[in-house]
Amino acid sequence: MKRLLAVYSWAIFAFLYLPILVIAVLSFNRSRFGVSWTGFTLDWYNRLFANERVLEYLGNTLVVAVVSTALATTIGTLLAVGLVRYEFRLKSLLRYLLYVPVVVPDVVMGISLLLLFNTLRDAIGWPRLSLLTIILAHVSFQVAYVTLVVRARLMLLDPALEEAAQDLGATGWRTFREVTLPLISPGVVSGALLAFSLSLDDFVVTFFTSGSGSTTLPLYIYGKVKTGITPDIHALSTLMVGSTILVLLLGWLFWRKGGTK
Amino acid sequence: MREAASLRRNLLRFLLTVGPGALWLFAFVLLPSVLVLIASLMSRGSFGQLAPPLGLHNYVRFFTEPLFWEIVGRSLWIGFWATVLTVLLGYPLAFYIAQHRHKQFLLLLVIIPFFTNFLIRVYAWIVLLQREGVVNAVITAFGLPPAELFPSSFAVYLATVYTYLPFFVLPLYAAVERIEWNQLEAAYDLGAGPLRGFWEAIFPQTLPGLLAGFLLTFIPAVGTFVIADLLGGGKVILIGNLIQQQFGAAQNWAFGAACSMILMGLVLLGLWLYARSQGERGLDELV
Repeated sequence: MKRLLAVYSWAIFAFLYLPILVIAVLSFNRSRFGVSWTGFTLDWYNRLFANERVLEYLGNTLVVAVVSTALATTIGTLLAVGLVRYEFRLKSLLRYLLYVPVVVPDVVMGISLLLLFNTLRDAIGWPRLSLLTIILAHVSFQVAYVTLVVRARLMLLDPALEEAAQDLGATGWRTFREVTLPLISPGVVSGALLAFSLSLDDFVVTFFTSGSGSTTLPLYIYGKVKTGITPDIHALSTLMVGSTILVLLLGWLFWRKGGTK
Repeated sequence: MREAASLRRNLLRFLLTVGPGALWLFAFVLLPSVLVLIASLMSRGSFGQLAPPLGLHNYVRFFTEPLFWEIVGRSLWIGFWATVLTVLLGYPLAFYIAQHRHKQFLLLLVIIPFFTNFLIRVYAWIVLLQREGVVNAVITAFGLPPAELFPSSFAVYLATVYTYLPFFVLPLYAAVERIEWNQLEAAYDLGAGPLRGFWEAIFPQTLPGLLAGFLLTFIPAVGTFVIADLLGGGKVILIGNLIQQQFGAAQNWAFGAACSMILMGLVLLGLWLYARSQGERGLDELV
């Protein structure tokens, strides 16, 4: 019984990794068409790096991810602290709003933000669909995730620690900076990591909120798949998967170190 | 005097922490949802823009044309069976991981595909299933004729299961981790066999995670347009595709907004059923 479970589980791991592995292998294949192996080459990678548009899209993707993550982590952490600390009238409405981006299908989120930007532009002439609208849209779903992750961490916190700091004469800001923030930092870091990868991964919301001149890598891959696959997309995919694994491994090591403390 | 100052400080702190988040959620989550509702009651203007007259005509159109019933039915059907397959694949896996010596590492193995770009995962299946793809290369190597695997609804099912498997395994794993195994021993002591022991002592403990995972798989599987778009070859139209078409080629935002409201209605129905079975804590369990 135990053996059967092990075989079954490793078959599923194989199912999860085989497609990604196949793409990685094909990205080094000399052949342009089909999947038969005709020799090792780095040509597709060279071609990718020589493609200035791809570098521009990479730049757009990273700008969006970094700016939106910074914004969402700040807003979300503050909101989590406020939600745990204070009782107020609109609290339950805010709690429901936090679940909206988590449970609503991407396509609904995308078109609702498109409608918002379009209505605003008709009314006050701003904003045009651009990197800015993508960033605003990404923050809108990231805030929810960051808040929920940080709030979970805050709920584990012993309130006596903050009270002790206050009794020793620390001001509110000093308590927050020197006691609360360090204690919830694992939550803040994992919230930020989650927000960052949600931004890198997002296709659907970006699809509806981007304009000309604000193409990101997922949008580029989508366009290529629609018009015809070339092996440099294998190379691009391999690099993207590689960096995902690297970031996760780093996060995992960080988390393990934090966990043993 | 001092009390007034401290009250003012407290209010300031409250506004500084809750304020930005509350403003953001009102402006970018609540307001857009209200706009979708309003847009769904409008009409398509002569240039494709939103225009009066207002009315329920978009909803009437949706519910009176059999084509749209068919699309909703297909979305629910594919979403449901893809989710059932995901549950069958993922349920034993969560137990295997939870009982493994290196469970943190195995968990990481599930998290990596979860964080791997969604489009790359869909794209990988095109590379595998297309006529000159990897699967056909293996099939023809055995002397069999190549199979027409892509585009097809089979490809849509496969990629859906593949994409959402980690979404199901992760919440289920959280439930399996918390299982109190002594209940199984108690069941054995009371004379239960292994099957009955599992069914009565273990399975109920995994039910919250199972339902959360089911919902986290089912909702995006019903709502997606990308998988059907790229792997169904335009033959598999789901409600997500319908919405995307109305906001794209068809240029009928009002009708697209109505379709969105209907999809939201389906999602809320699912959540309501879930919340009813799981109580207040259920929603927190979802995240």
